[in-house]
This record gives sequence, structure tokens and C-alpha cells, in this order.
Amino acid sequence: MSPATPPQDIAVRLTDVRLDRGTRTVLSGIDLAVPRGSITAVLGPSGSGKSTLLAALTGELVPAAGTVEVFGQPVPRRQRALLELRKGIGVLLQGNGLLTDLTAAENVALPLRTHTTLPRPVIERLVAMKLHAVGLRTAAELYPRELSGGMARRVALARALALDPPLMVYDEPLTGLDPIASGVIMSLISRLNDSLGLTSIIVTHHVHETLPVADRAIVIANGRIVFSGTPAELEATTDPLVLQFLRGEPDGPIAFDTAERSRETA
Amino acid sequence: MPFVAATRSLGRAGLFSLSVLRASKPTADFFAELLREIYKIGARSLPIIAVGGAFVGLSVTLLGYRALETYGASNQISALVGLGLYRELAPVLTALLFVGRAGSSIAAELGLMRATDQITALGLMAIDPVAKAVAPRFWAAVVCVPLLTAFFCSLGISASYFEAVHVIGIDAGTFWQVLRDAVDYRHDFVVAFQKAAVFGGTASLVACYVGYHAEPTIEGTSVATTRAVVNASLLVLMFNFVLSALLFR
Repeated sequence: MSPATPPQDIAVRLTDVRLDRGTRTVLSGIDLAVPRGSITAVLGPSGSGKSTLLAALTGELVPAAGTVEVFGQPVPRRQRALLELRKGIGVLLQGNGLLTDLTAAENVALPLRTHTTLPRPVIERLVAMKLHAVGLRTAAELYPRELSGGMARRVALARALALDPPLMVYDEPLTGLDPIASGVIMSLISRLNDSLGLTSIIVTHHVHETLPVADRAIVIANGRIVFSGTPAELEATTDPLVLQFLRGEPDGPIAFDTAERSRETA
Repeated sequence: MPFVAATRSLGRAGLFSLSVLRASKPTADFFAELLREIYKIGARSLPIIAVGGAFVGLSVTLLGYRALETYGASNQISALVGLGLYRELAPVLTALLFVGRAGSSIAAELGLMRATDQITALGLMAIDPVAKAVAPRFWAAVVCVPLLTAFFCSLGISASYFEAVHVIGIDAGTFWQVLRDAVDYRHDFVVAFQKAAVFGGTASLVACYVGYHAEPTIEGTSVATTRAVVNASLLVLMFNFVLSALLFR
């Protein structure tokens, strides 16, 4: 992000954030600003703290230090205020989180029924539109167990978009999907971001599928941000730490299976 | 330290119970969920309650007949069955059967909801997971267990009637008259339902608490299910003693 970006054009800002899980510090010294309307890819190896970062954005995890702001407002700690904030953030979880006793349409309708007073026909129309937007209008009456992995991910995407949130956060949206389904999901994310004027943050380790649609990329490794820039800058980097991740090399500055190693040396 | 851990766990369970009560708001969605849960945990428990009630009625009749016959008081068998069922057996055994059938299912469902991110997803959609997933199950149990207890009693007394009148040979009129004289509506019948409501609430709260806080893995769900059945059964038995001591004087 350009240093000249006005504050009102920043959707998410993290300032000197430290995130702990129990007594263990997962991430520290995190400074990040996500411009409105952009797609930002948060990349990093498994266990690097990407999902922990996401938990801080949604208020599930309170930072041990620093501040997290969403649309200029600090993420609140009080439950009621936090729930209000979350109405403006759509989250696509890695496991989808679809309620198994509801159909696809009922899942998409759930946030609308809970947070709006719209009449039932209007909600049904909105649900049909959301499912149509992800190409699943004919799957409205199917239960999650009857959907393929890619279809379930798209239903979860439709549900995350139900309240038209200005900010979308995707947690590992491609995990468990075949290449075609992955392509469909990435294309949807890109198209929806442009057509609905959203701001998107994609937390993933699928570098090659994500970078083509991303405006910006950050790489997290060893408990900190090791790269921040455009996808073109990322591909041109010579930083050995980033290169190890991009090339998938087992040996390098990013420790692999640190727990195993520490146990062996203990 | 086990004492500190136990106290902390008790405190958490207390706060969880308060959050369930706070989340119980009479909305249309709540009633729709409540009806669904009443069907799932109440109506589907009817067969085992029917079988359990009938066999308990038969056993108590046989046992009571052999004891009362010694004193020439075998025609008092319906008093023994009626008081035994209403005061102790029906509320406790219904609650224990309910724990085995529905309590385990509540814990497993909530544990799986936790393991499959459904509870996390509700929170991220700004929907209170306790209001959506826990409160309807709790109130369904509070409503269902007294009704199931009534069903248990009906089946128990019907089975007892069949055995006492048609097998043992006690006069049918005597059977019903002794039962009417012995069982008091307010002190036995109503109290049985009050006990059942407490047991239902306790059993479902325990099942919901352990399921909701289960470790998000398959093993965690399995542990939660076992814990729900064991803890809820023990609590029902303990509360039964306390309530019997307080209510039947």
C-alpha cells in the first residue's frame, strides 16, 4: 500500500499487533493495511499463524498487544458490539460451517432471517439471487451432505454474502477442492469483489491459484510478516525465506516440523 | 490442582446455564427450533419410555405382590406401584432413559457442530450459538421429560393392572380404588412432574455444556457423549435424593 493512502480508504489496519495462543506467541510486530476494494492474499506455510490473524480480524482472538481496526473502528471486545461488527464481515470458513440440518437455501437465509425484518417472499428472492450468484440456484433444496466439496464451499460463500458485507474474509477457500472447483471459487471471489465493490482478504497457502486474482500479497513465516507487496513483486523477490515457501523447499530459513525437531533434540 | 479445576469447571457450568437462560427469547425462530427439538428428543424417545415403563410396572407388581402376600395385603399392590412410580421410579428412570437416548444425542450433535465449525460459523454470522443451538434443546428437555414421565407412569400402571388383575387375580375395582386412595394429585402427581422438569433441565444442561465445549475432534465428541451420560445420570440420582427429601415429608 502506498504510504499516501488516505485513512478512509483503508478497510483493515493492524498496528504492531502481537497474537498469543495461551502462553505461546504466534505472531508479533504485525503491521498491515488493507485498502478498500482490494483483494489481499495472506500467504504462508501451514501453522504460520494465518488463521490466528483471521481470528484477530473477526474479534475471536483479542490481541495481546497492538490494535486491529476494521473500517476505522477498533475491533470491540464487548460481545454485543462485536456481533454488530460481524454483520459487516462475511467469513468463508475452511470447513464451510454449513448447518447440517438446514438445506442450502435455509443456510443462506439464516443470517437474513436473524438480522433483518424482511418478509419471507423477499428473503426467498434474495436467497435465490445469492445462490444464483454462485451458480447453485438448482441446489437450493439440497442438504449439505448431498453437496460436493466445491458446491458446499459455494453455498457457504453465498451465505457469507447474504448480508452484503463490505469486507469478505476467506480462510483457506481452496482446501480439499479439485483444480476445476478451485478455479471456479477463485473466479467467483474475483468477480464478486469487483461487481459488489467488496474488500477481500484471502488466507491461504495455495500461492499459484491465489496470486492471479490478488492485488496485494503478504507472506507470514516464523511468527512475522516477511513480505508485503504486489504479486509481481512477490514473484520477483530474492528473499531466501520467501523463495523457500514459494518453491516448496523443505530446507531453508523456514523451520519445518519445529515441534518434531525440538522433541528430537530434547 | 483438582479442587481448583473442579471449582472452575462448576463456575463455567453456572455461567453457561445463565447464558442459556439469557439467550432464551420467545422469537418465531426459537419456537420453530423448539418444536423440532421436542419431536427429536421427545417424540422419538416414546418407544423406549413405553417399553421401560411397562417392564418396570410388571417388575414392581411382581415384587410387591410377593412381599404383600406375606401379610395378606396383596390387594394393596396398586398403592405400592402408584406411589413407587409417581414418587421415585417414573421421574428417575424416565430421566435416566432420557439421558441415554436424548442426552447422548444432544452432546454428540453439539460436539459435531463444534468439530465441523458450525458453532464458529454461527458466531461469525453474528448469531448467538447458545440461542440458536443450545436454548431450544434445553427447553425441549424441560417440556418433554415431564410428559415422558406421565407416559412412563401410564404404561407402568397399565402393565401393573394387566398383571395384578389378569395374572394374579386381584379384583379390578379394588386395584383402581386403592390406587386412587393412595396417590394424591397435588403431593404425588404434581411433584413427580416438578421433579421430572428439574431432571430434564439438569440432564440437558449437562449434555449441552459438555457437547458445546467438546474438543473439536471426533475423539472430543466421543468423550463429550460419554461424559454427558455419566455426569447427567449421577446428577439426576443426586438431585432425586435432595428433591425427595424436600418435597415428600
